[in-house]
Amino acid sequence: MKTLSRLYIALILIFLYAPLAVMVIFSFNASNSTSLFAGFSLRWYAELFESEATLSALKNTFILAVLSSVIATVLGTVAAVGILGYKRKWTKSAVMSATNIPMMNPDIVTGVSMMLLFVFIGKFLSLKTSLGFTTVLIAHITFNLPYVILSVMPKLRQMDFHLPEAAADLGCTPFKAFFKVVLPNISSGIVTGFIMAFTLSLDDFVISYFTTGPDFQTLPILIYTMTKKRVTPDMYALSSLIFLSVLVLLILFNVSQSKSNKRSHKN
Amino acid sequence: MKKIVALFLTVCLVLSLSTMLSGCGYEYKELNLKGNYDVPHLKGTTLNFYNWGEYMSDGSEGSMNVVKEFEKLTGIKVNNSYFDSNETMYAQIKGEGVAYDLIIPSDYMIERLKNEDLLQPLDYSKITNYDLIDSKYKDLFFDPENKFSVPYNVGMVGLIYNSTMVDERPDSWNIMWDKKYEGNILTFNNPRDAFSLAQIVLGQDLNTKTKEDWDATANKLIEQKPLIQSYVMDEVFNKMEMGEAAIAPYYAGDFLTMKENNPDLEFVYPKEGVNIFVDSMCIPKNAQNVEAANLFINFLLEPDVALSNAEYICYASPNTSVINNENYSLKDEKILYPDEEDMPITQYFHDMDSQTRAYYDELWQKVKLH
Amino acid sequence: MKKASIGNPFISSPYVVWSAIFIIVPLLMVAYYSFTDANGNFTFSNIAALANYKEIFLTSIGYAAVATLISLLIAYPLAYFMTKTKLSTQGTLMMLVMLPMWMNFLIRTYSWITILANTGLINTFLGKLGIGPLQLINTPAAVILGMIYNYLPYMILPIYSVMSKLDNSLLEAAGDLGSNALSKLSRVILPLSMPGVISGITMVFVPSVSTFYISQKLGGGKNMLIGDVIEMQFQSSYNYNLGAALSLVLMVLILICVAVMNRFADDDGGVII
Repeated sequence: MKTLSRLYIALILIFLYAPLAVMVIFSFNASNSTSLFAGFSLRWYAELFESEATLSALKNTFILAVLSSVIATVLGTVAAVGILGYKRKWTKSAVMSATNIPMMNPDIVTGVSMMLLFVFIGKFLSLKTSLGFTTVLIAHITFNLPYVILSVMPKLRQMDFHLPEAAADLGCTPFKAFFKVVLPNISSGIVTGFIMAFTLSLDDFVISYFTTGPDFQTLPILIYTMTKKRVTPDMYALSSLIFLSVLVLLILFNVSQSKSNKRSHKN
Repeated sequence: MKKIVALFLTVCLVLSLSTMLSGCGYEYKELNLKGNYDVPHLKGTTLNFYNWGEYMSDGSEGSMNVVKEFEKLTGIKVNNSYFDSNETMYAQIKGEGVAYDLIIPSDYMIERLKNEDLLQPLDYSKITNYDLIDSKYKDLFFDPENKFSVPYNVGMVGLIYNSTMVDERPDSWNIMWDKKYEGNILTFNNPRDAFSLAQIVLGQDLNTKTKEDWDATANKLIEQKPLIQSYVMDEVFNKMEMGEAAIAPYYAGDFLTMKENNPDLEFVYPKEGVNIFVDSMCIPKNAQNVEAANLFINFLLEPDVALSNAEYICYASPNTSVINNENYSLKDEKILYPDEEDMPITQYFHDMDSQTRAYYDELWQKVKLH
Repeated sequence: MKKASIGNPFISSPYVVWSAIFIIVPLLMVAYYSFTDANGNFTFSNIAALANYKEIFLTSIGYAAVATLISLLIAYPLAYFMTKTKLSTQGTLMMLVMLPMWMNFLIRTYSWITILANTGLINTFLGKLGIGPLQLINTPAAVILGMIYNYLPYMILPIYSVMSKLDNSLLEAAGDLGSNALSKLSRVILPLSMPGVISGITMVFVPSVSTFYISQKLGGGKNMLIGDVIEMQFQSSYNYNLGAALSLVLMVLILICVAVMNRFADDDGGVII
């Protein structure tokens, strides 16, 4: 039974990793084919670093992910604190339902609906162009928000409500009490929400596809255009690098976490 | 853990090294320019350029990186975006969500954009190289006064086939309906091009306005669908080069690019006739950097630039400085420049009235969803 | 005054305004476009035209349902087996399952072409054995495979997280009361893991039914789904009104599905993310 289950797990992992292995192998292809391997070479990596389009898309993707996740985290955390204080049940459930919409809705509907709004506003203000950095940023913040709220909310519920009151009694302003008492208590929820928002934004293609313009191309958009043209292994090289950096990040994250776990055990 | 960090650093090092190496090998060739590109006031502005994929020399394999040269010359930053069919481009322009400064549509689409007031007149005081355009390609039906467009490339659709998979040299579009090649046929993934093949086989005018004609072509395409491996645009490059499919209709110039990567590929202009097209540079009405766009048009007409592009894209050039250049390697390529007696029967696409357009769009969806 | 620093409803107002403008209004825009023509006049013609797309809706739902079912059948035993490994192994396995999701999904999908093509890895291998070539790519099966591949981790994750929290003493108690392995599974594990299964189903079904990239690349433009049709209206046919009507129907369908699913998931948080 044990070998059987191990075999099964191994099989599924092979299924999950086969395409990634293909990608890494062909990124070292000496020829420009993505199907016939003609020998080892680093030329696609070299071309990648020379391509300004790729580098600027990489930069854009990070700017977008950082900005949208930071703004969503701030806005979402504050919102969660406020929502918890709603007295009327229906207002709470109305706001929570609206919050859930971008999560439930298929990406294509979210993207299309926001595009319609942006184009409408653009026409209304008779702008020459309505889609670009601002619109894609708004779109990303919007679909990031529910993930932040839903990660912060449970932590807030678990918190002892007497703490901020005690702080207020001891002379803290509400503002100070929030930073000194509430924030440390919900920080793990905030961090989870932020990481989720960051990765979602980093990986999003569909919503960006409908809401961005030519001035602001992100990596997924660039990859999409690349697969619409003639595909060369530089795309695989790019992905292999992303894969490697994610791997390194995750390992670092795990190592630091297990270290801090050990430390807290000692204490 | 240390090992992983070390590994990562090594990889980075190797990568940066190889970049440096290839950087050393870069030969900068001084361009001979006819026009004036001294535009300090445009420095730092951006130009949104909306082009077909694989339609400009991009610096790969030792070619000239046209966009980079222009950026270096003028200090204008060029944003490249790509479309894969005239219809996609039209939807973006018409949608008004985004503003492009320079686009390269084909003839019939220029006619439509012009009729819908989506283009603006060019500034010929900036386009001083216009006289290099062959007079054959001036005053064409889609822009009789040359107010809105400057030709970039001309071409014809033909039949590409893999000689290891197709026994006899085909001479007719009928091979696209031959059951022998079931699952090995590619066709266009845009309505106008896909319909045109059926129209030619059925002996119709490409610009017919009768519903019965369109119905007949749609039925012909539905009949063809089981034989089709996939509907493609630029995906055709990889598929034909890999030997995934036996037959594909595509643009003549692109065949020459494919043949470089797969010598088994052959090309023919079928006897029933083919679609001929002119792709021209235009500036949309809502362009934001009009002066830079005019300047870039002029730059693309420069003999050195146009030659690099013609060599890289492999399409026929409307630029006399290219056609008459001794060093132009495709000068005698009969596929691009056929002799008069070998010239296939050709038809241009014209724009359609909106009802006909809506009708064939609907039929196209029917075909695709069938 | 009591809850001055926590739960002051007023401080959520920026968010409420934000979600009204960027969540609710866009959906109203979709509805507006669905009921107007290109000139902005009221019409039912887009809604009437939807009848032509009944089949494509059914096909899309069918493909997505098959993909979801297969994902469930693969993920459930996997999650179960994972909970039976050592705790440290579980962490590593979880990371291994999640890691591919961090890769761009367009590329993950595209690299299947290299594997499945007529001249691809599988067919080259089969060719050496004297078999084939088999038609693998540009088929409905390839599209479904693409969906399973891309969204399988979304099924594994919630099921695993529910199962790993199952109280072992419950199983022991069931054993003590005379349950055999099979009835333990059907009476204890299955019902208790239902919330995970249900959120897994939603998380695989929704992106599958609305995808357009997977069907474009692995279906060869022959196996269109409703996502392709919507994308086509906006990006090449320039028929925003029909596109909006199709989106509206897709949205309503999915919200109904999710609502029904949430009824099954018997906890106040609804879907587990």
